[in-house]
Amino acid sequence: MTGSIVSLGTIDIVIIAFYFALVLGIGFYLKRYTRTGDDFFMAGRKMTSWIAGLSFLAANLGALELMGWSAAAYQYGILATHWYWIGAIPAMLFLALIMMPFYYISKAHSVPGYLQLRYGNASRTLSAVSFGFMTVLMSGINMYSMALVMKVVLGWDIHFSIWVSSATVAIYVTLGGLLSAIFNEVLQFVLIWAGALLIPIIGMIEAGGWGKMVAKIQANFAGLDLTHLWRSIGSFSDNAMGIHWTGIVFGLGFVISFGYWTTDFLVVQRVLAAKDLRAAKMAPIIGAGFKMMVPFIVILPGLLALSVMPGLVGESQAVATGGHSYNEVLPLMLARYAGPGLLGLGITALIAGFMSGMAGNVSAFATVWTYDIYKPLRKKVSDAHLVKVGRWATVLGVLISIGTAYLVMQFASIMDYVQALFSFFIAPLLATVLFGMLWKRATPAAGFWGLLAGTVSSIGMWAWVKIDPQALAIIAFSPNAKAMSENMYRALWSWLIAALVTIVVSYLTKPKPESELVGLVRGCTELPSEGDYKFYQRPIFWAGVILVCLIALNVVFW
Amino acid sequence: MELKNAISIWFFIGVVLVVYGALILGAGIYGLIIPPAKPVVLNELHASVWWGALLFAAGIAYVVKFNPKKKKD
Repeated sequence: MTGSIVSLGTIDIVIIAFYFALVLGIGFYLKRYTRTGDDFFMAGRKMTSWIAGLSFLAANLGALELMGWSAAAYQYGILATHWYWIGAIPAMLFLALIMMPFYYISKAHSVPGYLQLRYGNASRTLSAVSFGFMTVLMSGINMYSMALVMKVVLGWDIHFSIWVSSATVAIYVTLGGLLSAIFNEVLQFVLIWAGALLIPIIGMIEAGGWGKMVAKIQANFAGLDLTHLWRSIGSFSDNAMGIHWTGIVFGLGFVISFGYWTTDFLVVQRVLAAKDLRAAKMAPIIGAGFKMMVPFIVILPGLLALSVMPGLVGESQAVATGGHSYNEVLPLMLARYAGPGLLGLGITALIAGFMSGMAGNVSAFATVWTYDIYKPLRKKVSDAHLVKVGRWATVLGVLISIGTAYLVMQFASIMDYVQALFSFFIAPLLATVLFGMLWKRATPAAGFWGLLAGTVSSIGMWAWVKIDPQALAIIAFSPNAKAMSENMYRALWSWLIAALVTIVVSYLTKPKPESELVGLVRGCTELPSEGDYKFYQRPIFWAGVILVCLIALNVVFW
Repeated sequence: MELKNAISIWFFIGVVLVVYGALILGAGIYGLIIPPAKPVVLNELHASVWWGALLFAAGIAYVVKFNPKKKKD
C-alpha cells in the first residue's frame, strides 16, 4: 500500500463496498427472471428505449473511455473529442434509422447470427471467431485499466484488483445474463456521471473559465494547438496526433465509427433487447444524445489538467523518472478535488465504468460463443442447455479475459492498441454488413471472401509497417503519421478491400433468390409502421435534433 | 419473462443515490465542523455538502416515484 495518490477513509470504503454489494444483489435478484435463452441472452427483448439506450452507451463507457480518453486529451488536446462527436454520433443515428430495422426484424440473436441468415455459415463462423477473440482482448484491457487505477490511486495490488472485479462481474452476469448486465449498466451509467461530473465543474472554477484555461494551455504548450477541433488538422505535422482531416472524416468518421457502433455486437446487443422496433430505433438516438455530452467528464478533465497540472509524461518516461504518467490524469484530477466521501464516489464511478465495459464484453462473448460457435456444432440442443452453456461461457470469457489482462500489461499505449484491433476486425465487418443489408446482389460467397480479405489485409498492413517503418508513408500517406493516424488509414484501406472483394465476387457468383432476403435486405423488406405518433415522438425528429447539435458543437469548437 | 412484477431499475438507482447522498453530505458537514488536515484544492467550496445534498434529493425523488409498493397499490 505504498506510493499511492490517495488513501481512502472509512466512508469511502463504505461507499465502494455498498456498490459491490448492490451489483451482486441485483444479479441474485434478477436470476429468477432469466429462465429461457431469450431471457438470458436477449433480456427477454423487453427493455424500454431509455434503458436500452443508456445500456447501449454504458457498455462502451468502460475503462478505455474514462482513463484512456482523458489521457488522450492530455496527450493530443481537444482532437480526442472527435472520437465522441464525428466519430460516434452519425454512426449511432445511422444504426437507429437505417440498420436497426433489419437487425430487429430478422430476430437474429447476434451480428454473426445476422450474417448467417444473410450470407450463410462460413461468414457467421469467421465473424464469430474474430469477434470472440477481439472481445476477450478488450475485456482484458478493461481489467488491466481498472487494476492500474487501483494501483496508482489506492496502492492496491494489481492482481487483487483484477481478480476481485472480474469475480464480481462473473457472478452477476452468470446469474442474470444480459438482463443483469443491462440493469447494472444503467446503474453504473448514473454512478459514472454522479462521480465524475464534479471534476470538470471544480476544475473549471480553478482554471477560471474556458478562456483562461485555453490561454494557460497555450502558455504551457507554446506552438501546439491543443484547443481546436479542426483548425490544426489541415496538415499531418500541425497537430500532436499527426493526423490529417481526411483520416478523421473517412477513417474515423466513417469506417471506424460506423464499424464499431453499427456492427460491434457488444453495443448492438443492448439495442436488440428493446421491447419493440420504435424502442430499438430510439435507443441509439438516446445514446447519441448522452454520448455527445461524455467529453464533458472525459475530455475536459484532460484539458483542465493541461492547464493546472502540466508536466505529466508518457508511461515509459514516468517509470524511468518516478513521475506521473498522463495515463493517470483522471485519478490525479480526482485526488486533486475530491475530499472524503466524494473520493469514494469518484473511485466507485471508475470501478462502475470498468465493470460495465467488462460485463458488456463478457455477456456479448457468451451470446456469440453459445449461439454462433457452440450451437452450430450440435445437431439438437434444448433451450435450457443453451442457458447452461451461456453461464459457463460467461465464466470462460472472464477467465480468458484475466489471462489477456496480464498480456496487455506489456503494452505502453492502451488506446493505440485498441484502435489497431478495430481496424483488424471491425472495419471489414462493416463492409460485409453494409453490403449485406443494403445491396441484394451481394452473394454468400462474396460476404465470406470480402470479410476474410479485409481482415487479412488489415493484419498484413499492420505487420508490414512493423517490419518496414517506411511503409507508413504508403499506408497513412505520411511518414509523420502517429499510431492513431495509421490505424485510421489502415481501417479505411481494409474497408475498401473488403468492399471491393465483396462487389467483384458478387458479380462472379450466384445471388440468393429475393424470397430468402425478406426481412434481411433493404429493397426486399417491407418495414413495419412505427405506430401512430406525433412528430416529436418519432425517432427521425430526435435524430435531426441530435444532428443539429453535433454540427453546432463542431462549429463552436472549430 | 415476468419483468412486469420486478422492481424498477430506477428504484435501485434512487436507493443508491439516497445512500451515497447521505454519506457524502454527512462527510461534508463533518468537514465543515472539523476541517481536514490535508484539504483538497478549492476545499472552501465545500463540494461534498452541496453535491451530497443534490444526490440525496434526486435519490428521494426516484425512490418515491418508482417505489415498488406504490406500483402494487
